[in-house]
Amino acid sequence: MSAEARLSPRFGEFGGRYVPETLVGAHEELEEAYDAARGDPAFQDELDHLLKHYVGRPTPLYEAAQLTRECGGARIWIKREDLAHTGAHKINNAIGQALLAKRLGKPRIIAETGAGQHGVATATVCAMLGLECAVYMGSEDIRRQSLNVFRMKMLGATVVPVESGSRTLKDAINEAMRDWVTNVRTTHYLIGSAIGPHPFPTIVRDFQSVIGREARQQMLEQAGRLPDVAIACVGGGSNAIGLFHPFVDDPVRLIGVEAAGEGVGTGRHSATLVAGRPGVLHGTRTYLLQDANGQILETHSISAGLDYPGVGPEHSWLKTSERAEYVAVDDQQALEGFKALTRAEGIIPALEPSHAIYHALKVARTLGPGQDLLIGLSGRGDKDMHTVAAALGVTL
Amino acid sequence: MFERCRAEGRTAFMPYVTAGYPGASETVPLLLALEAGGADAIELGVPFSDPMADGATIQHANYVAVEQGVSLADCLGFVREARARGLEAPVILMGYYNPILAYGEERAPRDAAAAGADGFIVVDLPPEEAGSFLAACRGADMSFVPLVAPTTTGARVEKLAAAADAFLYCVSVLGTTGQRSELPPELPEFIARVREHTNLPLAVGFGVSTREHVEAVGRIADAAVIGSAIIAAIDAADEAHRAQRVRELVESVTGH
Repeated sequence: MSAEARLSPRFGEFGGRYVPETLVGAHEELEEAYDAARGDPAFQDELDHLLKHYVGRPTPLYEAAQLTRECGGARIWIKREDLAHTGAHKINNAIGQALLAKRLGKPRIIAETGAGQHGVATATVCAMLGLECAVYMGSEDIRRQSLNVFRMKMLGATVVPVESGSRTLKDAINEAMRDWVTNVRTTHYLIGSAIGPHPFPTIVRDFQSVIGREARQQMLEQAGRLPDVAIACVGGGSNAIGLFHPFVDDPVRLIGVEAAGEGVGTGRHSATLVAGRPGVLHGTRTYLLQDANGQILETHSISAGLDYPGVGPEHSWLKTSERAEYVAVDDQQALEGFKALTRAEGIIPALEPSHAIYHALKVARTLGPGQDLLIGLSGRGDKDMHTVAAALGVTL
Repeated sequence: MFERCRAEGRTAFMPYVTAGYPGASETVPLLLALEAGGADAIELGVPFSDPMADGATIQHANYVAVEQGVSLADCLGFVREARARGLEAPVILMGYYNPILAYGEERAPRDAAAAGADGFIVVDLPPEEAGSFLAACRGADMSFVPLVAPTTTGARVEKLAAAADAFLYCVSVLGTTGQRSELPPELPEFIARVREHTNLPLAVGFGVSTREHVEAVGRIADAAVIGSAIIAAIDAADEAHRAQRVRELVESVTGH
């Protein structure tokens, strides 16, 4: 039996399935269904068809010539997930899991969302596949992402405001879990990042690995070589694990960029891998931002999509096994990354990947010509215009 | 405790209260009031910032306690003090895994036993993940109480029973903790199904809130748990009368 023939519940010491007893059966059922689906050519064909004709894959690999000139170092390549349908990588996973839900015979989908990108992707797929959809979203995030809230409603989803805790992504996950415990027999919880109990981190990583598989092939075709460095932002970490995973066995430096918010020293940040320590939250053993008593801390980032006190367990494993490095970039630096890509290349990134862009430009300068650097551009910036304007002191 | 209740021909009554709610100084008097009202055992909630299996009432109690910085160490302090003031009922610490991990999962059962607690219910720690904590509980003579849900298969009940030593906690409904007007109609069938696979005493909680509920649970199981209704009684009284009000609620439910 090959290592791939069975789903492993752990990534080193991380991962696992720390769930209330009510949900144990649903996770076992999902694991079996996914294991069967990934070996079923009919499932793969349907997924591939939708990724091509509905999502618009493969997304381009773009050589950022102007940014490269400005940095004067490595050639910079951008994997354009912002050009996927709905404007972010989230759709890759939403389609895959929605097809799984149909296989499970579950007519109702629930999801959590931070920035709203995963909520929009889920609502979109549910509209297309005729599934009922409820999206849990912290009321603080509803306030800062009103455009995405309206998009979800137009797509037929119910957006449920979450008023508990810090009213952001982690609380939306708690509330989605409470819904799932109540409606588990009819409902699939479509988790949006590579987090949560086994088998979610594996499922989400597999559906997002299309990013890295395409990018790897495109690098070979367009650059004639693999990148020396691959960089992506990390909140829960689904776009990063999707980009990194196909390069794990290659001599490619992998760098994840977390949100330092107002600064890691201020306590107002979301830099889980940089500043946290291992624990168990939302069903998985992973790095967490927590106090000495094991209470989860409130987080901050200018980008709602990175505002999460945990991280996917596979990233914790990549960190402790030293296969990947993790750094943190603060709100102001992310805005600089945002402006740099917008001005130099005419591509307006979301605030989440703006963190990765800032760090990538720094790394590119340290690399020589003849080296190649790959950035995962996880989403486009339309949703963030109000936030960016406010940060720049502009009233729209 | 279960033998004694059985011998007396009655259902064991196990109320729940969140430690540190509404204030740290009130927990010990509330524990004593629960026993005075007729509690046979007490579930003491260890506060957690993200109580994902709890409904609004107990969520709120958790947040208030966490805001005041009430930790697992504080919970053990409450038990120690309550024992010193004469509490005799077994105390089961109920909560989530991360505060136990942060405290140290080797140390937690040992220190809990020393403080006078009797067991742990950890909502997000199924036996498959409980290896080291279960061993630490056994080593410290602390009970590990698994939960059983309506979605639990018969084969799995046997697996859960194998990890248990004192009793199984049956979650009456699909859903979170909280008061409901009726017990679920499928409850007798669910409990009967669990009974087919184990001889351990069975406690039933989630959605149990009135004397009628407790009596109905008593016809099919060994113990009834009330949580949110206790918190609601605390909320309805002013500070000077909370312990008395909670005692009266327990008396009315147990028929003392």
